[in-house]
Amino acid sequence: MTPQDIRRPENVVAAKPRLLNDNTMHYCPGCSHGVVHKLVAEVIEEMGAEHIAIGIAPVGCAVMAYNYLDIDWIEAAHGRAPAIATAVKRLNPSRLVFTYQGDGDLAAIGTAETIHAANRGENIAIIFINNGIYGMTGGQMAPTTLEGMVTATTPYGRRVDLNGYPLNITDLAVRLDGTCYVTRQSVHTAAAVRKAKKAIRQAFENSMAGLGTSIVEIVSTCSSGWKMTPADANRWMEENMFPKYPLGDIKNTVSK
Amino acid sequence: MEQEVTLMKGNEAIAHAAVRCGVDGYFGYPITPQSEILETLEELQPWDTTGMVVLQAESEVAAINMVYGGASTGKSCMTSSSSPGVSLKQEGISYIAAGELPALIINCMRGGPGLGTIQPSQSDYFQATKGGGHGDYHLIVLAPASVQEMADFVPLGFDLAFKYRNPVMMLADGIIGQMMEKVVLPPVRPRRTDAEVALQCPWAVTGKPESRGPNVLTTLELDPHLMEKHNIHLQEKYDLIKANEARCEEFHTDDCEYLIVAFGCVARICMKAVEEARAAGIKVGLLRPITLWPFPADEIARLSRQVKGILVAELNAGQMIEDVILSLDTRVPVHHFGRLGGIVMDPDEILVALKEKFAL
Repeated sequence: MTPQDIRRPENVVAAKPRLLNDNTMHYCPGCSHGVVHKLVAEVIEEMGAEHIAIGIAPVGCAVMAYNYLDIDWIEAAHGRAPAIATAVKRLNPSRLVFTYQGDGDLAAIGTAETIHAANRGENIAIIFINNGIYGMTGGQMAPTTLEGMVTATTPYGRRVDLNGYPLNITDLAVRLDGTCYVTRQSVHTAAAVRKAKKAIRQAFENSMAGLGTSIVEIVSTCSSGWKMTPADANRWMEENMFPKYPLGDIKNTVSK
Repeated sequence: MEQEVTLMKGNEAIAHAAVRCGVDGYFGYPITPQSEILETLEELQPWDTTGMVVLQAESEVAAINMVYGGASTGKSCMTSSSSPGVSLKQEGISYIAAGELPALIINCMRGGPGLGTIQPSQSDYFQATKGGGHGDYHLIVLAPASVQEMADFVPLGFDLAFKYRNPVMMLADGIIGQMMEKVVLPPVRPRRTDAEVALQCPWAVTGKPESRGPNVLTTLELDPHLMEKHNIHLQEKYDLIKANEARCEEFHTDDCEYLIVAFGCVARICMKAVEEARAAGIKVGLLRPITLWPFPADEIARLSRQVKGILVAELNAGQMIEDVILSLDTRVPVHHFGRLGGIVMDPDEILVALKEKFAL
């Protein structure tokens, strides 16, 4: 077998997707964003949808997602991505429209836009990165911050009597008639990455089929914000985040 | 062909004009005194005829961001609200200005501050003309004084918005929105096709064809040198707009010795006051700015050399008067007459104010 034989396309098991460009990512080592970006790029590419894909970037660490994926993007004001996606999709129904948002963006300042877009059943996909912290502004409490979790604005740990309870907004979205697919995934293992990719693919297909709103929560790590090594962050996520935010499909009204 | 004259409210005229002019999307949230715009659009069901999208948003904040999203794809999008709602939209308006997106925003003003009153006012002049949201930017601000202008300024507003890639605000008020007048609706313009949008708006976020690189609509630039460059570009555009788009209407100014400056509904009231003054032997003229930004400074300067005094009449505590004073070419006394909190003056009050302020 020659090297040329080995390098045949059908033998490739891993490659950088074409849509993911060579710009150096600003994400920290161990951050989940890079993996999720790659999955989004792969799914768009495999669907042959790069000419119709329109991404809505958030405010937060993924604010510059448009620097890494070579598709058309709109950068939203903090929390407003679902409102923007609503208009983009309604005015351009043939397009694949998705938002990519963090927990502060989606579940704090953008709660109204998230709930109402999902409740209207907008034909959009929402990728929701939940790492329980505001990464970009330097590690402040997010709505999804766990009880007892230390952040820059909860230096002694989140106290429910002071800060309220962690918000499980994905579970809330399950109750909305407009959502067709609500799932919670992670990207901490190879198996999890494969499942997350499948979920993103289904969400994108749902929106193109006009079935309503799909929400893919990705429970993620923020090693810098959590002040842990990437390996420790993965372990900490499994032990602490997953009990509060358990993985798996929560709602799927789409018959497969 | 004879033009069809219909009787309708200013708010209704905006809705009808929007459908006829091939507007792609309207996103709004109910607030008095402009809810008829959304109501009329819902009644017209333009999605079945022109394909126009009409959506009642969950808030003014969502509505303006829908406009931002739709405009980013090169579509002609509009929203409307009244003063407290327009305050809520300011964040999005700043983004639309920063992103150089064409859009039409209607403010059917009511009295403030705070929740204020549902009665008419002109107290959002500063907000509309001096920025409103954060950052150095300007809207093109059109001030309609009749139901006819409410209708006409929809196509005019979009023409200017697309010409300069800049948001346009129609600064109306509760009177013009609510009163019924005869109107000839603007000519029908079909909605642009996707191909026409792509040709007119090569920057639009439409999904990336193979023929070009990604189009990204962002207002973020972390490199201050590049951010300064973008700001300088915006300022150059504003200078171009200032040089080309200032509009006003003059009434009995040829021989006037005193000048009234008023916009919107107040200008209509002042026309009557001018006639009354002239009947009493006082040579008064009226200048009505049609664009509040850019402000018709040259015309004010010209008339300031001709007159003995200027009265600025507004439904506020004195806002446009600052631009009038900045426009003067000579030292001439300028006084303000205003009613506040939703009270509208009548022509006699203006005449009395003119006589008092200038000891006539």
